[in-house]
Amino acid sequence: MQNSNYLYNSNILEVKNLNVWYRAFQALKEISLSIPRHHVIACIGPSGCGKSTFLRCFNRMNDLIPGTRISGQVLLDGQDIYNSGVDPTEIRTHIGMVFQKPNPFPKSIFDNVAFGLRINGFKGNIKEAVESSLRRAALWDEVKDRLNKSALTLSGGQQQRLCIARAIAIQPAVILMDEPCSALDPVATLKIEDLIAILKEEYTIVIVTHNIQQAARVSDYTAFFTMADDRSGILVEFGKTNEIFSNPKDKRTEDYITGRFG
Amino acid sequence: MTFNTLNYSKMYNRRIAMRKGIGDAFYSLFLLSVLVGIIGLITLLVQVLTEGIPWLSWRFITSFPSRHPQEAGIFSALMGTIWLMGLTAVFTVPIGVGAAIYLEEYAPKNWLTRLIELNIANLASVPSIIYGLLGLTIFVGWMALGRSILAGALTLSLLVMPIVILASREAIKALPLTYREAAYALGATRWQVTKSVVVPAALPGILTGVILAMSRAIGEAAPVIAISALVYLTFIPTSPLDRFTVMPIQIFNWISRPQNEFRGLAAAGIIVLLIILLSMNALAIFLRNRYQVRTEV
Ligand SMILES: Nc1ncnc2c1ncn2[C@@H]1O[C@H](COP(=O)(O)OP(=O)(O)OP(=O)(O)O)[C@@H](O)[C@H]1O
Ligand SMILES: [Mg+2]
Repeated sequence: MQNSNYLYNSNILEVKNLNVWYRAFQALKEISLSIPRHHVIACIGPSGCGKSTFLRCFNRMNDLIPGTRISGQVLLDGQDIYNSGVDPTEIRTHIGMVFQKPNPFPKSIFDNVAFGLRINGFKGNIKEAVESSLRRAALWDEVKDRLNKSALTLSGGQQQRLCIARAIAIQPAVILMDEPCSALDPVATLKIEDLIAILKEEYTIVIVTHNIQQAARVSDYTAFFTMADDRSGILVEFGKTNEIFSNPKDKRTEDYITGRFG
Repeated sequence: MTFNTLNYSKMYNRRIAMRKGIGDAFYSLFLLSVLVGIIGLITLLVQVLTEGIPWLSWRFITSFPSRHPQEAGIFSALMGTIWLMGLTAVFTVPIGVGAAIYLEEYAPKNWLTRLIELNIANLASVPSIIYGLLGLTIFVGWMALGRSILAGALTLSLLVMPIVILASREAIKALPLTYREAAYALGATRWQVTKSVVVPAALPGILTGVILAMSRAIGEAAPVIAISALVYLTFIPTSPLDRFTVMPIQIFNWISRPQNEFRGLAAAGIIVLLIILLSMNALAIFLRNRYQVRTEV
């Protein structure tokens, strides 16, 4: 095993004893895991087991839902993002998010990518930053002649890559993706998966997916969640993806990935 | 014709012909209602046009009212209306849109805000003369603004404010949550989300509401009669504290006169009012399309 110092450096995110409630309902119970830097972490599990809730804990999007309560710690580079002095707005500049349904703003393609730069007071060359983000999102060649056209003229797959470009434009350390391909056809899905493989060189990616093959293809680590008897979400197993898929330790994991459940 | 493909078709009593008959009956009924409305409107328009067009001229638009029909015009009322609308817009738009943004984006959802929302919805249906009397008491009386354009504009602002607030709130509410989420997830503050995402996307709807409200205000006679009570005005208002009259009052006055010529003048006044109204609605449609083109295609 590595010494603790190495662990501290290699894990960009650490979750300790995380509990989440929506009013009286406990959606997540006692979740603990560590997310290593520059890897892809897949979260899988049956519908309603709290995967989206878990993901939204990292950028404090749950703060926007009235009645949400949280206990435990989420450490970003060793610092608890739920400390009283921490501004969720700042956390969201370090931890970006891509949503299930492509959701570009009803603005031009350029303005979509520039949005995060502008609101965060970016001082550099906006044009260059937009171009490089679009290139990294593998979208530049398709849109370079129509940057001033509305983003809503793009296809669903292009829109989702635009959303990825928009998220990486502000240089986050982590990108959260909540079922980013569920609204896309197989070809567009493949493009996003290729992109994820490239992006993990620079970013840490946490992705929720219902597609078990996709989890196996794109991720280095897999977290399997399920529902306890009281319907609250629990983490069953977390580990290297090839180990989880070839040799699951828990019966529930095995049933899920072999398709006998959910 | 009967198909025998399904051997369990006896379990249904489909009555397709009867269902279609009911549909056709309602279709005819609705078509008839539309026709009644359109025919009524056309009759009105034809009557106003035939009576009014002979009186419509540049002289009519640029003359002050007079006892002699041949010399009478609508100039002071037209200018009064323009003044009144301008000032009303100045008061209504920022306050109405601001209130809508507050209620949708900032206000906590509790019994107090629900009470406020209910009140705004009810205010939109209060008869306009009530607003006139309210304005007479508060603006003309207590605030000692006199029977001025300012007092009239403040009164009309109260009258149409609920329309602007309701329309703007609907426009804001119609925005999908996903836009807001996307902006928050990029590190936007609440004000940045409002300013850069919510308001631009809701703008077409907000504009429509504003113009609707203005169209309502421009045709109101009752509250303005309560405030201004003037018909013969032989000067053009030059400041918000001047006295004034507006087109609906002038038209009303002409209609109530015994001589036939004045009815022609009234019809000509109605035509001018209609032209202004139609232009405002055209502007609303133009602005809405323009922004929708910019945002959607
Ligand atoms: N805003 C909310 N208020 C109350 N309960 C909520 C809210 N959002 C989610 N829940 C509940 O929390 C539980 C977890 O929901 P969550 O959306 O995290 O599940 P999920 O694993 O992402 O499901 P899916 O795979 O269908 O997306 C569910 O039981 C859900 O009903
Ligand atoms: Mg989900």
